[in-house]
Amino acid sequence: MTAITATMRPARTRLGLGALRRIAGNRKALVGMLLLLFFVVLAAFPGQLAPDDPNAEIFRPALGVSSHHWFGTTAYGQDVLSQLIWGARQSLLIAFAVGGLETALAVLIGVSAAYLGGIADGLLSLLTDVLLVIPIFPLVIVLTAYERNAGFATLVIVLGALGWSYGARQLRSQTLSMRNREFLQSARVRGERRLYVIVFEILPTMTSLIVASFLGGALYAVLTAAGLQFVGLGDPNSLSWGTMLYWAENNEALGANMVLWAVMPGVCVALLGAAFALLNYAFDEVSNPALRKPRRVKRG
Amino acid sequence: MRFVARRLAFFLVTLWAAVTTNFLIPRLMPGNPAIAMMARYRGRINPAALHSLEIAFGVDNHQSLVSAYFSYLGNILRGRFGTSLTFFPDAVSHEVLQALPWTLALVGVTTILAFVLGTLIGLLGAWRRGGFLDSMLPPIFVITSAFPYFWLALISIWLFAIKLHWLPANGGYSIQTNEAWTWAFISDALRHSIMPALTILITSIGGWILTMRNNTISVLSEDYVRMARAKGLSPWRIMWTYAGRNAILPNLTGFAMSLGFVVSGAILVEFVFNYPGVGWMFLQAVENQDYALMQALFLMIIIAVLTAILVADAATALLDPRTRDQQ
Repeated sequence: MTAITATMRPARTRLGLGALRRIAGNRKALVGMLLLLFFVVLAAFPGQLAPDDPNAEIFRPALGVSSHHWFGTTAYGQDVLSQLIWGARQSLLIAFAVGGLETALAVLIGVSAAYLGGIADGLLSLLTDVLLVIPIFPLVIVLTAYERNAGFATLVIVLGALGWSYGARQLRSQTLSMRNREFLQSARVRGERRLYVIVFEILPTMTSLIVASFLGGALYAVLTAAGLQFVGLGDPNSLSWGTMLYWAENNEALGANMVLWAVMPGVCVALLGAAFALLNYAFDEVSNPALRKPRRVKRG
Repeated sequence: MRFVARRLAFFLVTLWAAVTTNFLIPRLMPGNPAIAMMARYRGRINPAALHSLEIAFGVDNHQSLVSAYFSYLGNILRGRFGTSLTFFPDAVSHEVLQALPWTLALVGVTTILAFVLGTLIGLLGAWRRGGFLDSMLPPIFVITSAFPYFWLALISIWLFAIKLHWLPANGGYSIQTNEAWTWAFISDALRHSIMPALTILITSIGGWILTMRNNTISVLSEDYVRMARAKGLSPWRIMWTYAGRNAILPNLTGFAMSLGFVVSGAILVEFVFNYPGVGWMFLQAVENQDYALMQALFLMIIIAVLTAILVADAATALLDPRTRDQQ
């Protein structure tokens, strides 16, 4: 559970070419990108990369590490490596779907609250604030407990519908701070339509906030989905890292010499999570000038 | 004062939203799983208790939705959360009070520790920008904050309990010791809490370090810090009384919220360690489809968080005059 700080960061700047160059040169961003790319490849071609059928219970159970089974086999005689490779797909899909849904809701609600003003703003802000303080994880557990064995769609909708509040609040205050800038006034004088102003004038200035909201949402989705599946609230037949951990725990894999069965799915979740966290941190450094490393003057 | 009054109104609105959510969720779910649960209750508890559960879960067909809603609100106001199926025939409130001290001790102490340590490290890191502390710790904690902490708990059980036999693998205390205020019991409970506490600490400290570091960096460029430097105050004094005190203000609300979250327990950590706290009980309730217990715990968590935020708002209004002027 991450602490949600109800405070605003300093205003971010527009991401231009210079910013993109800085991101490419940022070591944290590079490591994050490579990790993400690695999992994207796994998720895209599991059939070609995985040595065996992930579900087939065809090997001897609880085998150790060997050249045939890099990470051993499960208590049911499945190949752990194949399960890991196939599991990447669901984690990535959940990350991107939840991150996307959350960001879309945050933009829609945050920007329209600021732009509409008045009663609409009051109501939307109240909704945002209420959702911001309601403990999400217990609520997610309650929701998935009624809907037994929550599948992919349920997880995405529940996590996405509950996680947008922080981003919406940031986007709202950013939009408010820009309402009277000159370039918006000139757009108004030109007689542009509202939708045009929002999509082509306001949103581009908030690229970095939107990216941060997406990356934060993706990280939170990967961790929460894995946690829910681990305690048995997911679909026990799905191919995912959280479900692998659930079965490993149920078979006491750690005590019964199938250590890698319980270790590797967690390593994968942590690496994918680290990819999103590193990218987010790098974006923060690049787009918030105050946090950039002080330039060292080279001598001699 | 207007500020506090506004926040009080917010408290009530959010509480109402949470109670209503609790009321609506079982009714909106397809097939209403509560009906299946009610069938198991029938004949096992007295008719009055059954009736209040029927109201709570929308099984009672004699009532309209609106009147059911008001009966439900009435029951909540009178503290009637129903009977727990998991711990039959105890009332829900009785069970919750048993689990609460364990969670408060474990998660409460670690939350405060994480905040204090994280704030100190963040302040020192920002003060010596680019120094050893600043270049080492933030990247490490960015990565640990992405760790699934329940998995970290699993690994530490394997390493320290199964392989090395240093610490007990699970539970809040050994079954052999009696639950009493003796030294033997307390030291035993402490030994059981080391691993869960460290797991929570490692995964939660990073957030405090990063926010405090970033707050301090922006405070350090403020005019009053430059003024303090110009006056020739000692760096030590500038760091603590000028930079640190102001940088901590935005984090107070976050800290209060995480103190409120203490009541929900570290759900997954308590699950992995079979720790007899609120989080473990919450998942127990989920597993047994004990919706009465689940709803009561959820409501208690919300009230704790909201109270903590209210206190933090009042504290911020006292400490930071700017918030008072703003409203």
